[in-house]
Amino acid sequence: MATTDTAPTGGEKRRHGRFSLSNGAYRAILIVGAGIFAALVAWFLYSIVNQARPIFSALGVSWIFQPTWNPNLHKFGLLPFILGTIETTAIAMVLAVPIGLGTALSLAYLVPARVKVVLGSAVELLAAVPSVVYGLWGVVALAPLWREYVEPFLTSVLGWTGLFNGPNEGVGLLLAGTILFIMVLPTMVAISRDVLAVVPREQVEGAMALGATRWQVLRKVVLPDARTGLLGAFTLATGRALGETVAVALVIGNSNYIAHSLKSPAATLPSLIINNFGEASGTELAALFGAGLVLLVIGLGVNSIARVLVRGKTGAAGGATSVAVA
Amino acid sequence: MSVLTFDPSGDPILERRRQIQSIAQASLGRRKASSAVALGICWVFLVLAIIPLVAVIVYTFAKGIVAWNATFFTQVTKPEGIPDGGVANALVGTVIIGAVATAVTIPLGLLGGLFLAESDGRVAAGIRFTADLMTGVPSILMGIFGYIALVKAFGYSGLIGAFAIGMIMLPIIMRACETAIRGVPGHLNEAGLALGARRFMIARRVILPAALPGIITGVLLAIARGVGETAPLLFTIFGNQYMQWNPTKPMDALPLVIYNNSSQPYPDLLQIAWGAALLLMAMVLVLSIGSRIVAARLQRERR
Amino acid sequence: MTTDSVTTPAIEDDVNLTTGEVFPERPTGHPVMQLTDVAVAFAGRTAVRDVTFDVHDREITALIGPSGSGKTTLLRALNRMHDTVRSARVTGTIMLGDTDVYATSTDPTLLRSRVGMVFQRPNPFPTMSIYENAVAGLRFNGVRKKPLLDEAAESSLVAAALWDSVKDRLKAHASTLSGGEQQRLCIARALAVEPEVLLMDEPTSALDPIATKRIEELIGELKNRVTIIIVTHNMQQAMRVSDRCAFLLMGEDKAGELIEFDATAKLFSEPDDARTLDYVNGRFG
Repeated sequence: MATTDTAPTGGEKRRHGRFSLSNGAYRAILIVGAGIFAALVAWFLYSIVNQARPIFSALGVSWIFQPTWNPNLHKFGLLPFILGTIETTAIAMVLAVPIGLGTALSLAYLVPARVKVVLGSAVELLAAVPSVVYGLWGVVALAPLWREYVEPFLTSVLGWTGLFNGPNEGVGLLLAGTILFIMVLPTMVAISRDVLAVVPREQVEGAMALGATRWQVLRKVVLPDARTGLLGAFTLATGRALGETVAVALVIGNSNYIAHSLKSPAATLPSLIINNFGEASGTELAALFGAGLVLLVIGLGVNSIARVLVRGKTGAAGGATSVAVA
Repeated sequence: MSVLTFDPSGDPILERRRQIQSIAQASLGRRKASSAVALGICWVFLVLAIIPLVAVIVYTFAKGIVAWNATFFTQVTKPEGIPDGGVANALVGTVIIGAVATAVTIPLGLLGGLFLAESDGRVAAGIRFTADLMTGVPSILMGIFGYIALVKAFGYSGLIGAFAIGMIMLPIIMRACETAIRGVPGHLNEAGLALGARRFMIARRVILPAALPGIITGVLLAIARGVGETAPLLFTIFGNQYMQWNPTKPMDALPLVIYNNSSQPYPDLLQIAWGAALLLMAMVLVLSIGSRIVAARLQRERR
Repeated sequence: MTTDSVTTPAIEDDVNLTTGEVFPERPTGHPVMQLTDVAVAFAGRTAVRDVTFDVHDREITALIGPSGSGKTTLLRALNRMHDTVRSARVTGTIMLGDTDVYATSTDPTLLRSRVGMVFQRPNPFPTMSIYENAVAGLRFNGVRKKPLLDEAAESSLVAAALWDSVKDRLKAHASTLSGGEQQRLCIARALAVEPEVLLMDEPTSALDPIATKRIEELIGELKNRVTIIIVTHNMQQAMRVSDRCAFLLMGEDKAGELIEFDATAKLFSEPDDARTLDYVNGRFG
C-alpha cells in the first residue's frame, strides 16, 4: 500500500506501516463485538426456552407445582425442587444476614485500620474459592460432624419445633443450607462493607456531636443511610445461593421428595439437573430444561432487583464487585 | 454542672436543661452497656465468619498436600483399584480449556467493554444490564446450553467446554474493561481529540495502556472464576481417562475430577480429589491475589 | 420571635413572642469554659499549641485567623471529637465549669450533650423527618417522654427561626429544605439538647449571602440562650457577631498558636500584637 502523509479525512489509511481505522470503521467493529455478545445471550435464552417447550405444550404450566418427580411413571413435578431451592437459600440467608452484617460493620467501623485491610482482602479472596472445593469439604469433613454432633444437638434443643424429625444423616437441607451460608458470606460481607463505609463522615460526626454512643451512631444513622445498598447486598447473595449447583448437589442427599424436616435429604432445581441430565432423554430431558427455565427466571428476577439496588451505591466499586462477586 | 449562681427557677431553658441532663446521666449506664453488647456481638460475628472460611482453606491444604507427589502430577487418572493415579490429564485439560476460553473472551470482552465505555444510549444500557445479569446466571445452565447447542452436533470436546466457560467469563471481562476504561481521566481522551487523532488511535495508544491495570485485574478475576467452574464442564467435555492435548476431543479437567471422586467411597480416589482441590484452589488464589496486586499498583500510580 | 437586631448589649428580659418563654436577665461574663496551655498533636506533629483563654458565659467568642492556623482543630478538641482519631493527642487543660473535659472520669458521650456542635456543611440526617432530626439528640441521650421531646423541638425550632416555615410539615424529610434552612435545622437539633456551649465550625461558609445573613442574625439572638464559640475565616463576620476574639496564626513550626485574645472591639481597632494588626487590616488572609 502506498504510504502517504495526508490530513485525516475518512477512509482507511496506512502510514509508514502503522495500521489505523477511520472512526466509522472503529465504531463498526465495536458494535460487532457488542453484537456478538448480545447474539450469544439470545442464543442461550432461545436454546433453554426451545428445549423446554415440549413439556410446556404437553402439560401446560401447572406441572411445575406438582409434588411428584418420577420419570419412570411419566410424572414430572418440580415442587420438591423449588421448595428445596427456597429452603436451602432461606437457611443460608437467615445465617448470612446477621453474621454478614455484623462482620461488615466490624470491618467498616470497629476494626483498626491495618487489620481492616488484611481482613477485608481475605474475605474478598475467599469469594474466589471454587464451589466444588466447598462441596468436597462439605461432604467429607462436615457431613460426619453434622451427623455425629450438630444434628443431635439441634434436635435435642430445638426438637420441639417439629423441624428436626427423622434420623441424623449428616447430608440434607441443614448441611446444604450451611454450606451455602459459608459460600455467600464473602459476597454479603464485601458489598455490605463497601456500602457501610461510604456513609458520609459528616453524618457520623453529626450524630457523635449530639452525644450518641457508638452503637447509636451505627444503628440510627449508618444503617438507615445504607439501607438500600444493604438490601442489594442481600439480594445479590440470595441470587448466588439460588443458583449454586455443585456444592449443594454433593451435600444435600439427593432425594426427590418434599423434605419434611430440616435434617431430611432433599434436592434443588440445580441439583436435579446436574444429577439427571446425563442420562435423560425425551420428555424427561424437556422437563429438565423446564426446570432450568424456572431456575433462570427466578435467578434473573432476583439478580435484576439486586443490580437495581446496588447500582448507584458504590460507584466505581460496583464494577469491581460485579467481577469479584459474580 | 453549670456555674451560674442565681436562682434558676422560672427559666424554662435552664429547667429543661436540668431535666435533660438528669435523664442523660441516669440513662448513661444503660446506653453504654447496650452499645458495648451490640459491638461485642459484631466482633463475635466477625470471628464466626472467619472460622469456616479459614477452616476450608486449612483443611483442604492439610488433606491435599499429602496427595502431592510426582505420581500425582505426571500420571493420568486411573479408576479405582488401579495404582499410580494422578491428575496430569485433568491439569492439562484445565489449562488448555482455560487458555482457549481466555483467548477468545479477551478480544471480545475488550470490544464489548470499549463499546459500553463509549456509548451512553439505551442500547448500551441494555447491554450493560444484560452483562451484569449474565454474570449471575447459574453455571449449570451454561452446561446444558453448551450440550444442546454444540455437543449434539459436534460431540463432546474441550472446545465446547471452553465455550461454556467463556460464556461465563465474557460478561465479567466486558464490565471490567468498561469500568477500567471509564476510569481513565477524561482529559487524556480530550487531549487526543484536540490533536486531531482518530478514535481508534486514541483508544490504542492512550486509553488502553492507561486502562491496562484495571483490565488485567478484571481478566485475572474472570480466569479465576472460569477455571474454578464445574457445572459448565459436566455435559460438554465428558471427561477422559487418557492424556488429551487436542481440545477438539473429550477432555478431563480438575473440577470434574474433584466432583466425580467426591461421591466415591474409595480412599485413594478421595485423596486424588483433595490433591486436585488444593491444586485448583491454589491456582484460583494465585490468580486472585495477582489481580489484587495489579489493582494495588493501579491505585499507587493514580496517586 | 425576637426582632431585635444583633448587637444590643443591654441586659434585659428577653421575651419570645411566639412561645411566650421568658428568658430572665442573667449576668454574663462568668467563665464557662477555661482553656489552659491547650495543644493538639497528630502522630507527634503539633497542629495547634499554647492556647490559653476563658470563654465567658453567654458571650460569642470567635476563633479567627488564616487557614491552617488550627482554629477548627482547636474547636473540635473542645467536645472531644478527636477521640476517634487514634493518632491524636490533646494536652493542657480544658475545663467546662467544674468538669475537666479530658479527665478519664469524664464520659465523652455525656460531655457532648453539654457541648454541642454545628458543622460547616449542613448535615441533617437524610433518612429522618424534620421533627426526628430536631429531637435526634434528645433521643440519643435517653429522653423518651413525648411532651418533653415536643416542647424541646418547638422551642429549638423557634430559636432557629425555622418553626413558622416547618410547623405544618414536621414529618417531611429534611432534604426538602433549602441549604440555609437545613443549617438552621442543624442548629435547632443542637439546641434541643440544651447544651451549655454551642460550637460552630464556619457555619455559614457553605451558604449563600442571604442565608448567611440570616444565620448571623440568628447567632446574635441565640446569645442569651447558650454560650457560643464560632470559628470563622471571615473577619467581617467576626466583627459583626462576636464579643471576644481569639486570633490564631501558624507559626514557624507549622503549628497554630494563639497570638491574642481580647474583646472584639479592641482586637480589631487597637490590638496588642503587630501580627494581629496585620491580619485585621487584611494584609494577609
